[in-house]
Amino acid sequence: MGLSCMIRKGVRPVVELLAKSPAEGLLPYAKGAVELSELALGKAASIAPFKGQLDAVEKALGQGFPKVGRTTGHVVWFSQGQYLAIAMDIPDALGKYAAITDQSDAWCALELKGAAAEDVLARLVPIDLRQSQFKRGHCARTQLGHMPLHITRTGNDAFRLLSFRSMAGTMVHEISRAMDLLAARR
Amino acid sequence: MRLICPVCGERDRREFYYMGDAVALQRPEPDAGAAEWDDYVHLRENPAGVTRDLWQHEAGCAAWIVVRRNTVTHEVLESVLATDLKGASA
Amino acid sequence: MRVNGKGLIDRSRPVSFTFDGTRLQGFAGDTVASALLANDIRLMARSFKYHRPRGVLSAGSEEPNALITVKRGSDAEPNVRATVQEIYEGLEVRSQNAWPSLGFDALGVNDLAAPFFSAGFYYKTFMWPRAFWERVYEPLIRRAAGLGGVSGTASAAEYEKAFAFCDLLVIGAGPAGLMAALEAGRAGVDVILADEDVQAGGRLLSETHGVEGLSGSDWAARAIAELASMENVRIMARTTVTGAYDQSTFGALERVSQHHAPSKDAPRACFWRIVAKRSILAAGALERPVAFQNNDRPGIMTASAVRSYLNRWGVAPGRNVVVFGNNDDAHRTAHDLRAAGVHVAALVDSRPDARVTGDFPVFTGAQVCGSTGRQGLEAVTIRTQSGTEKIATECLAMSGGWNPSVHLTCHMNGRPEWRDDIASFVPKGGAIPGMVTAGACNGAFSTHGALAEGQAAAMETLEALGKKGAKSDLPDAEDTPYRMSPLWAVGGTGRAWLDFQNDVTVKDVKQAAKENFRSVEHMKRYTTQGMATDQGKNSNVNALAILADVTGRGIPETGTTTFRPPYSPVPIAAMGAGAQGKGFAPERLTTSHHSTVKRKAPMIEAGMWYRPSYFPVPGESHWRQSCDREVNMVRDTVGVCDVSTLGKIDVQGPDAAAFLDFVYTNTFSTLKPGRVRYGLMLREDGTVMDDGTTARLSDTHYVMTTTTAAAGAVMRHLEFVHQCLRPELDVSMISVTEQWAQFAVAGPKSRELLNGLLDMLIDNDSFPFMACGPVSVGGVDARLFRISFSGEHAYEIAVPARYGASLFEALNEKAAALGGGPYGMEALNVLRIEKGFITHAEIHGRVTAFDIGMERMISAKKDCIGQTMAARPGLLGAEREQLVGLKPIGAVKQLTAGAHLFDPENPATREHSEGYVTSVGFSPTMGVFLGMGFLKNGRARHGQTVKLVDHMRGIETLCEVHGPVLHDPEGGKTRG
Repeated sequence: MGLSCMIRKGVRPVVELLAKSPAEGLLPYAKGAVELSELALGKAASIAPFKGQLDAVEKALGQGFPKVGRTTGHVVWFSQGQYLAIAMDIPDALGKYAAITDQSDAWCALELKGAAAEDVLARLVPIDLRQSQFKRGHCARTQLGHMPLHITRTGNDAFRLLSFRSMAGTMVHEISRAMDLLAARR
Repeated sequence: MRLICPVCGERDRREFYYMGDAVALQRPEPDAGAAEWDDYVHLRENPAGVTRDLWQHEAGCAAWIVVRRNTVTHEVLESVLATDLKGASA
Repeated sequence: MRVNGKGLIDRSRPVSFTFDGTRLQGFAGDTVASALLANDIRLMARSFKYHRPRGVLSAGSEEPNALITVKRGSDAEPNVRATVQEIYEGLEVRSQNAWPSLGFDALGVNDLAAPFFSAGFYYKTFMWPRAFWERVYEPLIRRAAGLGGVSGTASAAEYEKAFAFCDLLVIGAGPAGLMAALEAGRAGVDVILADEDVQAGGRLLSETHGVEGLSGSDWAARAIAELASMENVRIMARTTVTGAYDQSTFGALERVSQHHAPSKDAPRACFWRIVAKRSILAAGALERPVAFQNNDRPGIMTASAVRSYLNRWGVAPGRNVVVFGNNDDAHRTAHDLRAAGVHVAALVDSRPDARVTGDFPVFTGAQVCGSTGRQGLEAVTIRTQSGTEKIATECLAMSGGWNPSVHLTCHMNGRPEWRDDIASFVPKGGAIPGMVTAGACNGAFSTHGALAEGQAAAMETLEALGKKGAKSDLPDAEDTPYRMSPLWAVGGTGRAWLDFQNDVTVKDVKQAAKENFRSVEHMKRYTTQGMATDQGKNSNVNALAILADVTGRGIPETGTTTFRPPYSPVPIAAMGAGAQGKGFAPERLTTSHHSTVKRKAPMIEAGMWYRPSYFPVPGESHWRQSCDREVNMVRDTVGVCDVSTLGKIDVQGPDAAAFLDFVYTNTFSTLKPGRVRYGLMLREDGTVMDDGTTARLSDTHYVMTTTTAAAGAVMRHLEFVHQCLRPELDVSMISVTEQWAQFAVAGPKSRELLNGLLDMLIDNDSFPFMACGPVSVGGVDARLFRISFSGEHAYEIAVPARYGASLFEALNEKAAALGGGPYGMEALNVLRIEKGFITHAEIHGRVTAFDIGMERMISAKKDCIGQTMAARPGLLGAEREQLVGLKPIGAVKQLTAGAHLFDPENPATREHSEGYVTSVGFSPTMGVFLGMGFLKNGRARHGQTVKLVDHMRGIETLCEVHGPVLHDPEGGKTRG
C-alpha cells in the first residue's frame, strides 16, 4: 500500500510520542493471598491461517500450532481458527498464508497470582477453572463479569487475563473488588 | 441453561447470542420469488418441543452453531457448527 | 428455660444481644429463637393479616412466624428468620409488624374484625368507589398487613456472586447426605456438600439416638472431618441450595457474614451458581402442624422443633409441655423432655390404637381441640372419648406427620407423587435430570433408612459418572418404623390455622371451595394459601387435604403443590451482587479520556464508551456557547476529535473483496488499495443496518469502520454471513477497535496541522479526498485516512493505542497554535446535520436505503444481503417517509427530535402525521436551527412548508422542507 508522493521533511521527528500501558497507574494491587499486576504483552499479533494453509504457517513460523484451548510455546489459541503470537517475530512471508493483525495495543494484560487466585476468578468468570480441568497452558475465551476475556493458566496459582484495553479500569475495579470481598471472609 | 459449543465445550448460556430458527442457513437465490423470500426472512414455526436454532458463541470463540433443543423439557440434544452443516472445507 | 446438661451450645462463651432494646444473654451456638426461648420469651412477632401474637413454629428455615429485623439504619435486614439467625455479641434484634409494641399492637383490632377478612376479602371489600383504591384502600392495607419494613436508605452491605463446578452436588448434610458424600468422596469424585445449617448433621443434631455408638452430632462431626480431609470434597456450610435449573445448574445462597458483626468488605451473602454433573438431593423432611382452634399461640410448635430446642440448644420451650400427634415419632418428644427433667403434662395421640408407654399422662384416640392464653399459651383443651378437658401448659408440641422436602424436584416442572403409607408427597424419579433423591426427602424417615439410601444414591451416581465405588459397611443406626394415621384438622368452630405466615385458616379453604374455587391453583390464589415467603412449606399438604375433603376427592386427584425457586428467600441484592455503581456495566475509556476530563469536558455515554459533549473554555456558561464555538472552529480553522470509539474491523483473505461485496450494497472489489469508500450495509429484510467507511490497505486487506453503537452487532453479522451463508469464502475478521487510537482532524487548516506533526509531509496529490495510507508520526507507524464527517477538509489519523494519549496532546497543542482545538459530540452532531450526514438517529432500524436516498447504492450487478427484500413493493415509492432537511420559518426557540410533521392545513393528530424529526441542532454556520427527519414523499416536497408539532414539549412551528445537505452541497471544501 505504497503512496507515490511523500516528501522527506527531515531526519528527526517533530514530536515524541510517549507510550502508555493500558492499566498504567492502577496496579499492582495485593489483598489476602492474591496479587494483581499488569503484564507487558510485548508484540502480539493474531494469526488466522487461510484455508488449508495451517501447515504452511507452521512451517514458516517453525513451530506447531496449539489445539483449541491450548498453548504451544509463544502461540496461544485465541478464537475459532485464530491464534495469538505473543512476543514473537513474525516473518513477512507469513502474510501469504495467513491473516496477520497487530494486536499489541488492543488488550489489557493482567496477571492474577496467589493461592486464592482461582477463588477470585470464580466470582467473575463463568467457566470451570478447577486445576483438574483447566491446567497450566490451558486457555479459553469467555467473560470477566460483563467484559470479554481470554484467560490462560500460566502456573498452578497464576493466570493471565486479557480483556479490551479500553476496559482496563473496570477490569482492575472488578478484580480488586472480588479480592477485597474474598479476603474479608472469616 | 448451558449450551455446548462444538469448539469450546459446555458453557453458560450467557456466553451465547440467540438468533432464531436455523432456517436462516438456507438463503434463497435472489430470483427465488417473493413467497420463498418471505418464508426465509419472516415466517417461523413456534413448536412446543424440538427446535433447531442458530446461536453464536459470541463471548467465546465466535462460532455460529446450530442447536437442537427441546423447549418443553429444556433438553439440549445436539450442537453442530454452522460451517460443518454448510459443508465448507476448513 | 435453659436445661442443664443438654445441647450443643458452648456454655463457656456467653453472648449478649438485644431484643426490642432489652439486653439478653445466650451462648455461642444459639439462634435468636433458641436464645429468646431460653430467656422465656415466647412472643416474637405479630402475624401478617390479623396481627395475632406469634412465637416460633419451627426450628429451621421454614419458620413462618418468627420473622425479625436485625441491625439498624442502612445495615438493617428485615424478615430474617429468628430460627436461622445466629446470635453474636452486640446483635440488635427488633420485632416487626407491631405498633406501638409487640406486647400491645394497636392493629390487633384486625383480629376482632376477622369475619371481614375472610378468603377473597380484597376482591369483595375494596371494590368501590374506584377512586378509593389507590388513595385510601391500598395504603391502608399496606400499612396494616405486611412484613418488616425497609430502612429507606441505600444499603451499604456487600453481596457476592460466584460460580462453582463439581462432579456431584450433595444437597443436605444430614445422615443421607453425609453418607452419600462420604462414599462419593472416597471414590475420588469432586463433591460439593452444601447444607443450609451452620453445622452438619441435620436431624442427628436434634435427636438423642446415636449412630455407630456415637451421639448423632459426634458421628456427623467425624464424617465432616473425614470429608474435610479429602481434597476432592468441598463443604459449603450455611449454604441453602435454592433452585434447580436447566443442565444441572443449581442456585445456592451462602450466608457469609450474617453470623458476626458487620465488618468492612465482608459480603453478607454469596449467591452461587453450581454446575454439577450429577446431584443427590438429601434435603430431609419437615414436620407438619395440625389444624385446630387457635393453634397459632406462642408456645405452640412442632414436636420436632421442641426436640431441637431441647437436644441441640438445651432449651425447654416451657416448664411443662403437652405433646400432641398422630404418629409414633411425636412420642420421642415426650420421652426426651421427660428424660431431661421437663414436666410432660400429657401426651395426646389421635390414634385410638397408639401404643405409648411413659411416665406421663397418656390420652390415645384424643385430640387437642383448642388453646387459651393471652400472649402465649396458657392451656389446651383436649377432647377424649369421655369429653373435653383443659390442661394448663406453656408449650404444645404438635405433629401431624412429616412432609418430605421435595421442593427442588418441582423446580423443573416435576410433579411429586402421593404415597398413602406416609400420607405425603415424595419426589418422582427423574424430575431433575441427573438427580437422585435419598433419605427423608424420599420418604425414608429412619436414620438407618437415610444412611442406606444415601449410600445407594452415591453408588448409582458413581456408576453414572463411570467411577467405581467401594461400598462401605453401613453404620449401625435406629430403624424405627414410621407409624402414622393422617390427621389434618380437628373439628370445631373457631379459626384453625393452616398457613401461619399468610393467616389462612381451614375456614378460608372451605369457603373458597364453597365459592367454587375448587382447583388447587384457584384456591391458592383466592385464599393466598402458600403464597407467603415460606411458600406453604408448613401448610400446603394440609390445605390440599382439607380441599380434597370438602370437594369429595382424594388428595392425588385434587392436585399437587408446585414449588418454585427459591427454596427459601434470596435477597435481590445477592442476585444482583456487584451490579450496582461501577459494576453495572464496563466503562470503555478512550486514550484521550484523562486529558478530556482534565479539560473539564462533561462526558456522555455512547454504548459503554464515554465521549466528551463539549470542551468549555473560560467565559462560557452554557453548552450552546461551547458547541457553537467548536462548530465555527472546525469550519474556520481546525478541530480535533477522538473517534476511536467507532468500530474497526480488520477483514483479510483472498476472498475479502468478494465478502465485502456481499455484505455491502455497493462494490468494494473495485476499490483501489490506498483508497476509502463509504459503504451501506442492509439487514436481510432490506432495512439499513449500518454505514461507515472501509479502507483497502492491500488487495487482500481491508479495514472496515462501523458506527460506535453497532460495532458489536456488525461483527456478529459479518461472522454470521461468513460462517452461515458464505463459508466457502476464504476470509477472516478480527476487531481492531482497541488496537488503534484514532482522531479526526477537521477544518481548513487540518493539513497544516498534520504537516506540523507527521514525519513526512502530505499534500493534495499524495493524499486526495478518500485516500488512505501509512504515515509516521514521532517515528511511530500510523495510518492516515482522508475522510470527513463534517464536510470540511478532514483526516483521521490512527496510532497504536499506547500512543493515543500522547498524540491527542500533540494534536491539540498544534491545533491551538492554529486557532483550533478539541471538539465534542455536540459540535460533531451539528457539523454532520449541516452536511446532511446520517447517524443511527436516522438509520434506526425501520428505514430503507430508498428512504435515505441511497437506493442507487444497491448495486444491481451483484447479490448482497438485503438486496432482494429491499426491492419489495412498499419499501420504495412516494408513500415512504423519506429523509429531508428542515429549516424553521421565522424565529423559534428550538426544534425537537421526536416531533411529528403535518400538513399545515391539517390538525396535529396521529392520523394526520406525515413524518417525524430525527435530529436537530442549532447551526451557527447558518444562524438557524436545522432539523433532519422523515417525511412522506419528502424528496418531491423540497420547498414546501410543513408544520412541526411536539405535543410533549409544547412546540409548534412551520418548517421549510429542503434536501438534507445544506452546507457546501458541492463538496468543494471536503476535496479542497
